[in-house]
Amino acid sequence: MFPSRFDYKSPTSLEEAISLLSAHEDAKVLAGGQSLIPMMKLRFAAPAMLVDINNIPGLDQHGAQSDGSYRIGALVRHADLEKSKTLGDHQPTIAAAAPLVADPIVRTRGTFVGSVCHADPQGDWASCMVALDGSIVAQGPNGRRTIAVDEFVAGPFQTVLAADEIAVEAIIPPASGTRKGGYLKLERRVGDFATAGVALSLEMSGSTVAKAGIGLTGVGSATISATEAAAALVGSSLDDATVDAAAEAAAAATSPRSDHRGSADYKRHIVATFVRRLLAQHQPAEAKVA
Amino acid sequence: MTLFEEVPVTTTDEIPVRRVEMRVNGETRAANIEPRLLLAHLLRNGLQLTGTHTGCDTTNCGACTVLFDGQPVKSCTVFAVQADGHDITTVEGLATASELHPIQEGFKDEHGLQCGFCTPGMMLSAKALLDENPNPTEDDVRWALSGNLCRCTGYQNIVKAVLWAAEKLRHDAPADAPADDGGEA
Amino acid sequence: MALDEIKIGGLGASRKRVEDNRFIRGKGNYVDDVVLPGMLHMEILRSPLAHARIKSIDVSGAWAIPGVRLVLTGEMMAARNLAWMPTLSYDTQAVLATDKVRFQGQEVACVIADDPYVAKDGCEAIVVDYEPLPPIVNPTQAMAPDAPLIRDDKVNQVDNKVFDWEVGDKEGTDRAFAEADVVSEIDMHYPRSHPSPIEACGSIADFDRSTSKLTVYMTTQAPHIIRAAVSLVAEIPEHMIRIIAPDLGGGFGNKVPVYPGYVASILASILTERPVKWIEDKSGNLISTGFGRDVYLKGQVAMRNDGKILGVRMHTESDHGAFFSDAQPSKFKIGLMHSAFACYDIPNAHLTATGVYTNKAPGGVAYRCSFRVTEAMYFQERMIQAAADDLGMDQAEFRRVNLVRDDDFPHRTPFGFLTDSGQYEKCLDIGLEAIGYADFKQEQEEARKRGRLLGIGISTMTEPLGAGNSREYDILGIKMFDSAELRVHMTGKAILRTGAKTQGQGHETTWAQIVAHELGIPADDIVVEEGDTDTAPFGMGTYASRSTPVAGAAVAMVSRKIRAKARKIAAHLLEVSEEDVEWELGRFYVRGAQDRGVSIQECAMAAYSNVPDGMEPGLENNAYYDPPNLTWPFACYIAKVEVDPETGVWDVLKMVAVDDCGVRINPMIVEGQIMGGLTEAYAMANMQFITFDEDGNCIGSNYMDYLLPTAWETPGFELHEVVTPCPHHPIGAKGIGECATVGGPAAFVNAVMDALKHTGVRNIDMPLLPDRVYGALTTGSDISGMPPVKTEA
Repeated sequence: MFPSRFDYKSPTSLEEAISLLSAHEDAKVLAGGQSLIPMMKLRFAAPAMLVDINNIPGLDQHGAQSDGSYRIGALVRHADLEKSKTLGDHQPTIAAAAPLVADPIVRTRGTFVGSVCHADPQGDWASCMVALDGSIVAQGPNGRRTIAVDEFVAGPFQTVLAADEIAVEAIIPPASGTRKGGYLKLERRVGDFATAGVALSLEMSGSTVAKAGIGLTGVGSATISATEAAAALVGSSLDDATVDAAAEAAAAATSPRSDHRGSADYKRHIVATFVRRLLAQHQPAEAKVA
Repeated sequence: MTLFEEVPVTTTDEIPVRRVEMRVNGETRAANIEPRLLLAHLLRNGLQLTGTHTGCDTTNCGACTVLFDGQPVKSCTVFAVQADGHDITTVEGLATASELHPIQEGFKDEHGLQCGFCTPGMMLSAKALLDENPNPTEDDVRWALSGNLCRCTGYQNIVKAVLWAAEKLRHDAPADAPADDGGEA
Repeated sequence: MALDEIKIGGLGASRKRVEDNRFIRGKGNYVDDVVLPGMLHMEILRSPLAHARIKSIDVSGAWAIPGVRLVLTGEMMAARNLAWMPTLSYDTQAVLATDKVRFQGQEVACVIADDPYVAKDGCEAIVVDYEPLPPIVNPTQAMAPDAPLIRDDKVNQVDNKVFDWEVGDKEGTDRAFAEADVVSEIDMHYPRSHPSPIEACGSIADFDRSTSKLTVYMTTQAPHIIRAAVSLVAEIPEHMIRIIAPDLGGGFGNKVPVYPGYVASILASILTERPVKWIEDKSGNLISTGFGRDVYLKGQVAMRNDGKILGVRMHTESDHGAFFSDAQPSKFKIGLMHSAFACYDIPNAHLTATGVYTNKAPGGVAYRCSFRVTEAMYFQERMIQAAADDLGMDQAEFRRVNLVRDDDFPHRTPFGFLTDSGQYEKCLDIGLEAIGYADFKQEQEEARKRGRLLGIGISTMTEPLGAGNSREYDILGIKMFDSAELRVHMTGKAILRTGAKTQGQGHETTWAQIVAHELGIPADDIVVEEGDTDTAPFGMGTYASRSTPVAGAAVAMVSRKIRAKARKIAAHLLEVSEEDVEWELGRFYVRGAQDRGVSIQECAMAAYSNVPDGMEPGLENNAYYDPPNLTWPFACYIAKVEVDPETGVWDVLKMVAVDDCGVRINPMIVEGQIMGGLTEAYAMANMQFITFDEDGNCIGSNYMDYLLPTAWETPGFELHEVVTPCPHHPIGAKGIGECATVGGPAAFVNAVMDALKHTGVRNIDMPLLPDRVYGALTTGSDISGMPPVKTEA
């Protein structure tokens, strides 16, 4: 498998990269390349130019900010997140998902932000972003704008990024309370696309849920934000009835199709099951006994 | 310098060519390449390092795994131009002139290979693991190798081979020095 | 003093592999590693449609690309009588399509260029105008009365049937069923699977006009058959063809047939007068080359209430794709399906088989299956479990009642094979003990009370490995024997060549061990070569677990010929008559005077410097070996699984394998074969399958959809050994390469079925995807056929 011919630029500043994107039609940003390059090899994608941002300094950082938000630069690799010793304290949902993205080798190269930009409904990170109410910061010729992830993803494999914009970082807003969460994914083997995946974010005030988010992977034509399910959790202490209601609401929010990974009904069932399992990890001890 | 370089008869005005320079197995190598050339193909065809194999088109099999600045990457999913200025280790760089790397010894000793096609990629993933974690469990090894497919062995002996190598590396490392062999300086 | 056989790397030594020295250094030499001066590169344009008439092909766009040297189409092949080629099953297969395309991925055109990137550009620039035709994707559609005719190229073909075939005793079986207390019935599908070695297929054809010689480097498990086939197809004299099979990155049966890419690269080299390399990509390999299985079964078992099986009936419908290209013995249309139930003492059996054409890739016998024995044993062991359950009898006990007893050999199998040796019950006992069967029932019940689902699945089987004999076994009329050639140099070192072709089995290591065993020459002093038809003696190649049974036997026999000559030389050196010479490992000595002796090395030196009068100098020979019978290894595989009732995901808690493959040449390598086979068995049971949507689109054409398990999912295996030597093999060995792939799948499936037994579910067809297990569990219904392909959201 051999990609089509293209021109290649490796700018060393964002400004230079953006001006290249502005000046060339059909130019694409190359970050980790773990989705783009396979598509080019299969000739499903054939951009005329690749603007490789790997040599731009400053994009490879992630961490908690003084305002409580968490920022992930455009060149932060999945493996950087997987191996981070501090990520789990701040972002348990992302920490849980990181080891489940693709396979260990792809994770050393592929990037968090690039994966969100790829906007694959099977992508794990978009579900996390949805659950966490995250945003993407895009930089273009006229400066930066911040786009909430549900607006950022316009459809399967589509985003609202302009042709001359670069997604420079992802932002997870500060938590109002103690942050909890997790990610579960059913895959037939390492590196398989999700049969179904569930990202959960909880912001706890004592034993009460102050805010919740649930993102669903692979069960619709785009990443799904299970807003009703999340809303059902708010104000509760994760009693069994609430957990059940959230699980059912999450399943109802899906629109999966039957395929060789599983039937639509099965995928809905897995979403409900995984919501229950994730929430069970955070149920107070007395609820678990019951 | 070259005494003779063939110039294509056909016009190549529209074909972009880039000069790249990288360290491959500790040696500086330079080449003029088209940007679309995959790193795996530069290594195999340009540099005659045919130990790096290409097994699939979709970044799944890991036969083409090399170390890119010490990290395992699937070299069929990196453009060769992206390796400009970087440090690449292939299977040919594992052994020294006189000595096999313990991972190579382990694969032979524990019968960790049959047809040998996935072996170079497996060994490089194993090296990246042991560089980071000199004392892995069986699960650590299985997890670290889960981006490399093997069709012959059933993995059990591959896992044993890596654990064998870890043991040998720990044994060989001076007691007061860190176990990391510092191969990716 | 006789030598220590283990120390010299003889029989039974777990000798470290010789071939590893190059592989671990990245110095293997696979086809894609071979570079010839002036070499061009070929890429294949494939059909996107499963069934369509070709209205026109416009290749002008490809020719316009700088660097493109040649474009081949079916029309150009036809002009040279190369548009069609014979298959290994007396059918024909299109090389490049002329009239119609008959499966998605069929070869339509080839572009030959300076480099493969440009060749691919050329393929993209070809415009083909197709008129779509209705596709046929399963046997039911194929046999429908109004089905479109797929093979309208064949003169006498009026429907989509490939064959009807039967074997066994129909009347006797009918009587057995009439007398039975209980009849158990089960229908099954063994899904299409692909061998998928990590290295795909490829070739480098190099035609030298000045010598008229064609050299082809090729990914082939059977170089000598290929030479004959190329000679017939390309009308090049056989002595002007040299096939070189270098290192192979796995084979598993995928690299036995002749593929269009090979033929096209040969013609391209003849036309361009330059070497032409073709390296298939992964989707090309998965979408067009030999697959395995895709067989439907209707099975019936007739029993007495005490568990004794009186008879079995099997009817199979096999889907062969667009061309009947099975690589199998020509007498047997559905391979060795009738080896089913060989390990059981069953008086009556009858098998009927129908094969059909469909608009799918051709094949059927190409995956570690020893000619469909994989299906036979899967069907057998699933029928056995269903029968035991229907009878209400313990699955292990039911087997025990029906297994052939140790003193019953030789034993005629239900379909007429002759088995010769084994200790079946002993293997079963070892397996049951290792898995903890005695306590399991209680464990299972207690677990069930706590909501946990445990199951144990047993698979016991003996399979026929090592075809021929040549009376019954041939491919395209070429008899299935093998040969070896041994040349001992004057210093006592040796080179051995065989007509087999290793692809990971370690022949370079194990063949030398057989010579060491027979001659006492240390294995390290023997180099082994295979795969070059100009230097290796004739052989049928390596597949169907036949190399140790046939080529390995030839190695022993040629060594014995060498020893016979060396004995004469020894007598000459020791100045005694030959009758007074005794042999112990590595040396001859005078009877009654053990200290008076000469080593095999001294005999070798004498063979070139001091032979007796009248003796031809030198110490080399060859041997052709035509086995008197197949070898019959036995295996007992037992899996213990846990099914997650909430998700249907199942995990293997323990897997035990008890293999009796007779004498083990190299135990380390035998165990490697078993573990690899068990992994493929697990893969097929769990995730690995190819299917097609109603338009004939192949689902499973890359590793994103066609899933091979990784180190993470693959369970660990516990291996046990029983040795019952093969009575007719010179060193007592039996085949082993395929046992675990053949017998393994049923163990996993039976285990999951056992875990679900309380629900009344009798069968879930492979693959046991979580949603299928969950579906069966929650509905209590069987799950049949292939998983759904896609539906609208």
